[in-house]
Amino acid sequence: MWIFDWLHGLPPIWVYLLIPLAPLAGSLVAGLGGWFLRERAHWAPIAGVAFALYLAIFVLLQVLHGQTFYGNVYTWAVFGNLPVHIGFDIDSLTAVMLVVVTFVSLCVHVYTIGYMHDDPGYARFFSYIALFTFSMLMLVMANNFLQLFFGWEAVGLVSYLLIGFWFTRESANQASLKAFLVNRVGDFGFLIGIAAIYHYCGSLDYRTVFAMVPSLVGQTVTIIPGHPWSVLTWIAILLFIGAMGKSAQVPLHVWLPESMEGPTPISALIHAATMVTAGIFMVSRMSPIYEQSATALSVILIIGAITALFMGLIGLVQNDIKRIIAYSTLSQLGYMTAALGASAFSAAIFHLMTHAFFKALLFLAAGSVIHAMQNEQDIRKMGGLRAHMPITYLTFLVGGLALSGIPPFAGFFSKDLIIEAVGESSLTGATFAYVLLVLGALVTALYTFRMFFLVFHGKKRMDEHTQEHLHESPWVITAPLIALAIPSLLAGWFFIAPVGLGAFLDSSLQIRAQWNTIGEIAAHWQGTGAFLVHGLESWPFWLAILGIALAAWFYLLHDGVPAALNRLLAPFTWVLRKKYGFDAFNQLVFVQGALLLGRRFWHWGDEAIIDGGMVNGSARLVARAALSWRRLQTGYIYHYAFVMIIGLVLFMTYFMIWRG
Amino acid sequence: MHSFGLLSAAIWAPILGGFLVLAVGDRAGGNPARWLALLVSLLTFAITLPLFTSFDTHTAAMQFVERVPWIPAFHIAYFLGIDGISLWFILLTSFLTVLVVIASWRNVSMRIAQYLAAFLIMDGLMIGVFCALDAILFYVFWEAMLIPMFLIIGVWGGPRRVYATIKFFLYTFLGSVLMLVAFLYLYFHSGDSFSLLAFQKTPLGANAQIWIFLAFLIAFAVKIPMWPVHTWLPDAHVEAPTGGSVILAAIMLKMGAYGFLRLSLPITPDASHQLAWLMIVLSLIAIVYIALIAIVQQDMKKLIAYSSIAHMGFVTLGFFVFTQTAIEGAIIQMLSHGFVSAAMFLCVGVLYDRMHTRDIQAYGGVANVMPIFASLMMLFAMANVGLPGTSGFVGEFMVVLGTYQVHPWPAIIAATGLITGAGYTLWLFKRVIFGGIIHAEVAALSDLNGREILVLGSLAVFVLLQGVWPAPFLDIVHQSVAHLLQQVATSKIPG
Repeated sequence: MWIFDWLHGLPPIWVYLLIPLAPLAGSLVAGLGGWFLRERAHWAPIAGVAFALYLAIFVLLQVLHGQTFYGNVYTWAVFGNLPVHIGFDIDSLTAVMLVVVTFVSLCVHVYTIGYMHDDPGYARFFSYIALFTFSMLMLVMANNFLQLFFGWEAVGLVSYLLIGFWFTRESANQASLKAFLVNRVGDFGFLIGIAAIYHYCGSLDYRTVFAMVPSLVGQTVTIIPGHPWSVLTWIAILLFIGAMGKSAQVPLHVWLPESMEGPTPISALIHAATMVTAGIFMVSRMSPIYEQSATALSVILIIGAITALFMGLIGLVQNDIKRIIAYSTLSQLGYMTAALGASAFSAAIFHLMTHAFFKALLFLAAGSVIHAMQNEQDIRKMGGLRAHMPITYLTFLVGGLALSGIPPFAGFFSKDLIIEAVGESSLTGATFAYVLLVLGALVTALYTFRMFFLVFHGKKRMDEHTQEHLHESPWVITAPLIALAIPSLLAGWFFIAPVGLGAFLDSSLQIRAQWNTIGEIAAHWQGTGAFLVHGLESWPFWLAILGIALAAWFYLLHDGVPAALNRLLAPFTWVLRKKYGFDAFNQLVFVQGALLLGRRFWHWGDEAIIDGGMVNGSARLVARAALSWRRLQTGYIYHYAFVMIIGLVLFMTYFMIWRG
Repeated sequence: MHSFGLLSAAIWAPILGGFLVLAVGDRAGGNPARWLALLVSLLTFAITLPLFTSFDTHTAAMQFVERVPWIPAFHIAYFLGIDGISLWFILLTSFLTVLVVIASWRNVSMRIAQYLAAFLIMDGLMIGVFCALDAILFYVFWEAMLIPMFLIIGVWGGPRRVYATIKFFLYTFLGSVLMLVAFLYLYFHSGDSFSLLAFQKTPLGANAQIWIFLAFLIAFAVKIPMWPVHTWLPDAHVEAPTGGSVILAAIMLKMGAYGFLRLSLPITPDASHQLAWLMIVLSLIAIVYIALIAIVQQDMKKLIAYSSIAHMGFVTLGFFVFTQTAIEGAIIQMLSHGFVSAAMFLCVGVLYDRMHTRDIQAYGGVANVMPIFASLMMLFAMANVGLPGTSGFVGEFMVVLGTYQVHPWPAIIAATGLITGAGYTLWLFKRVIFGGIIHAEVAALSDLNGREILVLGSLAVFVLLQGVWPAPFLDIVHQSVAHLLQQVATSKIPG
């Protein structure tokens, strides 16, 4: 295409470098010049991200023409004699991620102009989200574990900063701290995993490590005496612990719902579309490692399926519009994780992509609603917004249908593909996972349309004042909604064959023939139309329809039903409202436990035993002995110095005599 | 490498300069003393720069060597020289002294000339420790260095300064006496030489090595400090003025670690291997136990002091797994901790100068009134947490990787520092910097002035530089560490 012509003249590495550096430059301008730019602070970040999107499309086109890249930019450090680089791995997987990340990021940047308009931290916000884009791009472009870890932690940092963006709110600060710490638990596993890779492969470079993997098959490691584990299972599970933190899988999911304390645009960008999918991306990137461990794949499959269903269930009892979508995100991340476990990496990436579009759309639309509702987030106080905000209403509907997996919306294709793939899997736990994922389809549709009907249909339950001010949002808010609604509608139909079935991604993935679930599906592929028709005959579709019907019955037709059901199922809903007790458990065991141990160690260990017993005890002993020398303690420094010199002289004399 | 007396200049220029500042005294409100001190510290820094620019990274041999007999009767020599291990600490010392002089410009009003002179003299003595290759010279610098620090805490310190100074002095002094005994023993077994290089070549029996190792251990463990001889550090920090805390945390703690590298490992390699388990256990206790104590601290300085001990745990852990990656990581961690702990103590100093309290509960919402300060402190907090892209990450990462190669479990336990470190640092940050303003005093705070921005900003540059591109920092140490590992791997037990 002519608009890309001039780029062909540049060395490829420059193009790749510019992709992350453009948003970084935007971030620096907004961050350092914010005091001066104020309400113009958005220009540099938006220009930077738009340029990155433009380059990302160029790179995608190039990769489509077979032009990939694997090389280093500079030597970060040399460990012993092993150089560790900063470098790029540009292949189909990276190219897809680049476009998704920069596209959603750009939509969110534009949206932010409207959403954060009156916020005193306007420039700071833009600086953060552009910094986030930089970090996420570094993560997906990495060609080694060090840079992956850098991006991994950097997105975590920006997430922390943005969750706590409104830093005067105690709840926001609490949530950001929690997010950082829970992620650190995941990173702990991730770091040990990297250390194990360094130990067994002697390198942190992707290609070198992947080339070593076959030689590690059959090697064991004994971490707990008497229990030899396969080295590759050990590495795979450690890395997956990192993914569990970042991609919020049970039991490290607890931070994500609370991350909703952050402004809505970042809930869309970071906590739905991009950062939380880093774990999915990472596992796909590491497919050569994961494919060698059936145990690790089973663990991933089961954890993903549990997250998919049980987090979706919590979504049923939430009343905060953002929290419902957050639990939905957890559940959808569970679907992606389950796909990874079934070796359907391409399906996971495909769902990552469609989910990025429709979930960012839902969050941004929710933000539009919250904006119109004067920052009210409780859906019980909404209702009937349809008439006031038609664009938000329609785009939210598109997002909701895509999320519920209704054909021909994007989510249908990707979710159905995952369920099919898990159905094909023969791993331990695959049947269990399959049942959970199918049931999840019902739950997804139910919570989505419960929210949808309560927000947009029915009676208006807000107060008079809010009602008077209801309005559709300005174009900077609605334009990104429309921009995201289009792929939410179409991306499934168009991309299932190249992305979902892996035709395009295959070069980045390694899948073993004995559990190539996607290959199995692709072998019987009769076209996208046939897939759609087949989908209409399958369980998940009809369960989703049932979910929407139930939601309509409960919340449109007979609004007494939910209350009655609530009474009927009281113990069950109580468990859901308590979120299965994860928070209470963590608070009691880990937080209180650490504080208690810290106090005990401090007061008993340091103060009583070490200081009280050993130090001051011996000091008292000396004091008693030295009572008579007290007069020497004059407080004059030259006296002390004199004594020291005397001491030295005595030492010298002693050793002269001894020598002689 | 030619010797132009650079090392001597780096040692004696600040010491003489310090006496000059004393002579100038507090006249004219102390301004002449301030400018003179700044000039001297800058000059010292300038003297140390050629050490870096003309350093030969291809050899592990001592460079810039100076050797003249001092007390010929006992073969004591004025013997100086540096290798890749000492170079960074000399630069760090001379650089931080400049920052301390600038940082103390206005916030010390009493006896400013004496205060600055103490720092200048200490600057020279500390550089001396890192250069000395003669045991007695090393010992003299090592002990002499305590005197200015003793005065700084004792004269310009907080209300409990007397207790703190005596505790500090007794601990460190008693610790080092045994080192002197070990030196004397080595003197007789090395063929009448106090040269550290000769000590390193002296064959020693297994028992002798154990005793010498333990003697060194007590001296160095107190300095670092390692659990359980660490309790002097929180007290000393709490009472020390800001500049004292900066030098104490950034340089003095490194002395002990440097001692392990220069003395323990090469002089007693067999004992080092034999007692490595003990060192690893003590290091892990520092990382786990001390980090938990840090979480519950109410005093900002105490919290950072405990955090220092935990971070030094990574250093000692890295030394005693004997892999190139881990030892280099430990050295980078020492350097990084020099920047980060200095910055953290300076940050506390900035708040203390304005509010005169270090109690965390007296703060909250500082970001509302001090945005520039909050941003810079966030960077340092993240470096303290070990976030990639900052200096704090590099060392911990390398130590964990290098440790895992030989001992997976200690690496796993050490990596919990990732979680606890984030816990105490970010909880501190949350309580002090974030939140709404509850106290009226906080509402009246003013943001950083130009001088403070200069000091913290220049540290920020190094924290980021070392995080984004640690290669040049590591290049300097490669050969020396490789040589050291070779020494440690070679048994010295005769026969």
